Amino acid sequence: MLEIRNIYKTFNPGTVNEKRALDGLSLTLEDGDFVTVIGGNGAGKSTLLNAIAGTWMVDAGQIIIDGIDVTRLPEFKRAQYLGRVFQDPMTGTAATMGIEENLALAKRRGRRRTLRPGIRKSERDEYKELLKTLGLGLEERLTSKVGLLSGGQRQALTLLMATLKKPKLLLLDEHTAALDPKTAAKVLETTEMIVNKNHLTTLMITHNMRDAIAHGNRLIMLMEGNIILDIRGEEKKKLTVEDLLHKFEEASGGDVLDDKAILG
Amino acid sequence: MSIPILLNALPGAVAQGLIWGIMAIGVYVTFRVLDIADLTVDGTMCTGGAVCIMMMLSGHNVIVSLIVATLAGMAAGLITGIFHTFMGIPAILAGILTQLALYSINLKIMTKANQSISVDQYDLLVSLRNVRDVPLYQNTLLIVALFIVALIIVLYWIFGREIGCALRATGCNENMARAQGINTNFNKVLGLMISNGLVGLSSALLAQYQGFADVNMGRGAIVIGLAAVIIGEAIFSKIFRNFALHLLAVVLGSIIYYLVLQVVILMGVDTDMLKLLTAVVVGIFLAIPFWKSKYFSKFGKRPQEIKRGGNTNAGN
Repeated sequence: MLEIRNIYKTFNPGTVNEKRALDGLSLTLEDGDFVTVIGGNGAGKSTLLNAIAGTWMVDAGQIIIDGIDVTRLPEFKRAQYLGRVFQDPMTGTAATMGIEENLALAKRRGRRRTLRPGIRKSERDEYKELLKTLGLGLEERLTSKVGLLSGGQRQALTLLMATLKKPKLLLLDEHTAALDPKTAAKVLETTEMIVNKNHLTTLMITHNMRDAIAHGNRLIMLMEGNIILDIRGEEKKKLTVEDLLHKFEEASGGDVLDDKAILG
Repeated sequence: MSIPILLNALPGAVAQGLIWGIMAIGVYVTFRVLDIADLTVDGTMCTGGAVCIMMMLSGHNVIVSLIVATLAGMAAGLITGIFHTFMGIPAILAGILTQLALYSINLKIMTKANQSISVDQYDLLVSLRNVRDVPLYQNTLLIVALFIVALIIVLYWIFGREIGCALRATGCNENMARAQGINTNFNKVLGLMISNGLVGLSSALLAQYQGFADVNMGRGAIVIGLAAVIIGEAIFSKIFRNFALHLLAVVLGSIIYYLVLQVVILMGVDTDMLKLLTAVVVGIFLAIPFWKSKYFSKFGKRPQEIKRGGNTNAGN
């Protein structure tokens, strides 16, 4: 479903702030894979997701989504294949627009926007049903401005928007990091529900090792812009936090002072 | 200041307010919907009039002249849009560049700094002579009001369509818009074109109304437009919730601005000081949302949530 071949990205090349964020990274995802991504700060986790999403162009390498080479496609064109949820709850929704308007925008992802109505009456019932599955009571507030919602509500809504038109790949960039633990757990639960229901290929960054182990069928760890650990199948099921820390130490040469501090 | 003199001056002030109201709707489209402060309008506010007057002087029909003036405004918006998106110049600077370029272009269109047109010799749609004591169908107030109603209906319709929703999303949250497959650059250019088209039309009407186009007629237009937007919001935002009514509020804001201006002039205030006065008033009103967020905000509120004043009262 996703094939990343040897991608490179350097920020601020030729300056003192030069930073090689992706260093020849390759990754292949099978259809239906749910991959959790962990790694310390600056390991390249978000950079990887942004590279796939097309926030900027990679310096070298190739990105192929379901057989389509998207390496040179601008962000808004790639969006037709991707569902995205961001770390900041403010990023994924339009605050000054209503809940139903946000959903209607998402419904039209990948379609040319014309002079057809921005939202049809028939869509409202569909949105109501979908919002009910979140269990947040949002189905009663279709016309409320999204700016009035809490962070957790906004992330749940963004998840719905990201998957309203079934994406080939769902990108979750630490989408629970800005939420309180209880809300984070609820949003993760919703994530799991939506991913399973739609059988979505998913790439989820998390700071939380427990979450990374508990969710998905595969786990990768990044360091210095490359994958240093790739655990899947049975091995992933039996994985514990201690194992992971141990493996991290091994893979990184054991020169990390406090893995817990870096990996949370 | 005597009451009769004031009453005498009222229709003129309202007419000006209505004509500038169209311009203010244009400013609303960029400033509020697109979240861009577009300074092109200072140039466009002359271009429309220049095009219209020159076309009419050379014998063209008034409606055709108005349409071409509108298109000229849209072209100016297109240039600013290209500066901003394709060339990556910050929106304010892009507008300033176009505005400066338009000064030369406006001079070239008019061949000199000022071109006048007589309502006696030409079939003008609006004129300051036609604000009273004329048949209703010739009344400038009514004609401009009809223009505004039509424009508000069209804009309301467009902004409820897919393309208009995409434009609103672009102005509200670019990241979200792109993630939903919206070409934000295209939408910014489109918004700038719609806005400047409206300003071009307003300018063409203003030139007819006052009987001349002048290379300086657009100076400070953006500030007047902002004043109208802000006055309209301050007074009507609590009662007007609908988008069409927001646009109407902007027009009412513009009328109020010109009424106040008229009163101030009749009170004998030095007219040289008017622009300074406007700038101070607009400056203070622009600062109010910022002050509110800084000194009266609830703990934990994020600055971007309160960026748009009344539009986004976010609370968790």
